[in-house]
Amino acid sequence: MTETSEFAKSSTSVGSIDEERKAPLTPSQLIWRRFRKHRMAVVGGIGAVLLIIFIIGGSIIYPEARANETDLKARLSPPSETHWFGTDSVGRDVFIRIIYGGQISLFIGILAVTVSVSLGTLIGGIAAYYGGWVDSLLMRFTEAMLAIPSLFLLIVLAKFIGREVGQVVILGRTFSGSIGIVILVIGLTSWMYLARIVRASVLSIKELDYISASRALGASDTRIFFRHLVPNTLGPIIVSSTLGLAGAILTEAYVSFLGLGVQQPTSTWGNMMQQAQSFLTRGAWWMWVFPSTFIVFIILSVNLLGDGLRDAFDPRSSRHL
Amino acid sequence: MWAYLVRRIVQAIFILFIITMLCFILTRLSSDPMAQYANKPGITAEDRERIAKNLGLDKPLPVQYVRWLGLALQGDLGNSFFSKQPVIEMIKQRLPLTLKLMITAEIFIILVSVVLGLVAAVKQYSFVDNLITTLSFIGFSMPIFFIALGCIMLFAVKFKQWGLPYLPTGADIWDPKDPIELIRHMVMPVFCLVAIQTAGYSRFLRTSILEVLGLDYIRTARAKGLTERVTLYKHAFRNAILPFVTIIGLDIPFLMGGALVTESVFTWPGMGRLFWEYAQRGDYPVVLGVLLLTSSGVVFFTIIVDLLYTVVDPRIRLG
Repeated sequence: MTETSEFAKSSTSVGSIDEERKAPLTPSQLIWRRFRKHRMAVVGGIGAVLLIIFIIGGSIIYPEARANETDLKARLSPPSETHWFGTDSVGRDVFIRIIYGGQISLFIGILAVTVSVSLGTLIGGIAAYYGGWVDSLLMRFTEAMLAIPSLFLLIVLAKFIGREVGQVVILGRTFSGSIGIVILVIGLTSWMYLARIVRASVLSIKELDYISASRALGASDTRIFFRHLVPNTLGPIIVSSTLGLAGAILTEAYVSFLGLGVQQPTSTWGNMMQQAQSFLTRGAWWMWVFPSTFIVFIILSVNLLGDGLRDAFDPRSSRHL
Repeated sequence: MWAYLVRRIVQAIFILFIITMLCFILTRLSSDPMAQYANKPGITAEDRERIAKNLGLDKPLPVQYVRWLGLALQGDLGNSFFSKQPVIEMIKQRLPLTLKLMITAEIFIILVSVVLGLVAAVKQYSFVDNLITTLSFIGFSMPIFFIALGCIMLFAVKFKQWGLPYLPTGADIWDPKDPIELIRHMVMPVFCLVAIQTAGYSRFLRTSILEVLGLDYIRTARAKGLTERVTLYKHAFRNAILPFVTIIGLDIPFLMGGALVTESVFTWPGMGRLFWEYAQRGDYPVVLGVLLLTSSGVVFFTIIVDLLYTVVDPRIRLG
């Protein structure tokens, strides 16, 4: 299932082949080269960087207190010079809430991907490395998780670990404790595909001679696993964490939309949209348009980036160079 | 072949065992079914005890699980705590409506994505291809409620204000048996599902057509003077469609679960909404029933798809 890269037409010239013959490139140079030529991926990368600058820069200009500042006289006011993106139902500034909500959405996305990538790598790796009944058991469990429609699984798990939680303070800022629950729910329901990819990849590597060589040298299972097997499956792991980040931000939006997400007053792009839903028929389009545009923009950027990385890490796509 | 089939079925049963156990633990422990009786006046502590005993909630959890599984195997999924109806009856009411919505949507999704994928692959790197690719990526990156709420805003609320023919929001009461009403209520959800789902499928098909077009036998076909039309449709398309058929086949059982968010936004009385409504109330017999039905559908359908695949593609041997 190689994604055919976007740049094949421009790069099949004889010149580039000659160039490659001149100096042999290291694998990472080749990856960077393939990535750079993937125009859409570069656009995605730039988009993601701009957004990160926006949400970090914005929080330097506007203090966090302003994101939760209510102004009941100015509630539901449309975009104006004082409130660029208008205000919500209790008069909070949508623009500043998008800045801080973006930080939370990204934070949730990154941590959820960390959970799911660690689980996926560990489960897939262990299944492939040990084989036998361990493999069967872990893979049947993976298949069982995959057979349940993902949103059903998400809801059941959210109901299971979700309960009343207080506030948590991280780095001097107060957040709703529900952030932790959302991270866990997304992380625990999205590791399955990666586990299968890692398993397939480790299965093909573990029979290679250098693994037998290090075993002959007396390396322990743990050492072989973490020093030799995991680094060699890094390509698919990086690609699926990038695509997984887009997926996690999207899932956060779904979870929040269903009301199982992060609780107010902490804002995320997802719960801002959920809040907007009930005011849509009253014509408060700005509460809905701005957060959703940001959601689509970040997910689109990260997806494009991930697609480019997939082509860049896939040696089979080198025929296009 | 037979050995393969037996092994797959044994695996499937094991997977279903894991699914039921996982779902039972998660749903059973996430809420207390007795909570609804907790603060009702007129229900004494003894009454509560009696109700719990009748529902079998006083037994240890493993016993409850085995009892539920035993009854489920005989086709009895228990009664809903809230509506008091048998779960199987509730599913029987909702399933046809979900299938009507999802199968209609799926047909359009397949048609649209075949056309888009084919055009994009044949006109690779043209303006049309870039447009389709861009739109697919946007569709792929969009939560479905974004487009669903937009549709309601425009086609239901604004069109009504402007005096144009408008579509129902779904908030009104309607009779699913009336075919005209049914179609009127189906337009927007189907449109949203198509807009979101087509993206992935058409992109997938584009990739597999391009892969096939790069193979030697296509060059041979062109070299021996076949028209581009014959090369494309008789030679390339037939092979390129194989992986596409597989992913559709694997997605079909998931249609039974309906589309939770779409059904909720458009208040379509289907399986997804049934699940969501009763999951919110912690009505675990209903939740477990829906989970069991959809996931066993998925597990057994996967085996059927794998078997059918050997018919479609004789190069594949099962072993």
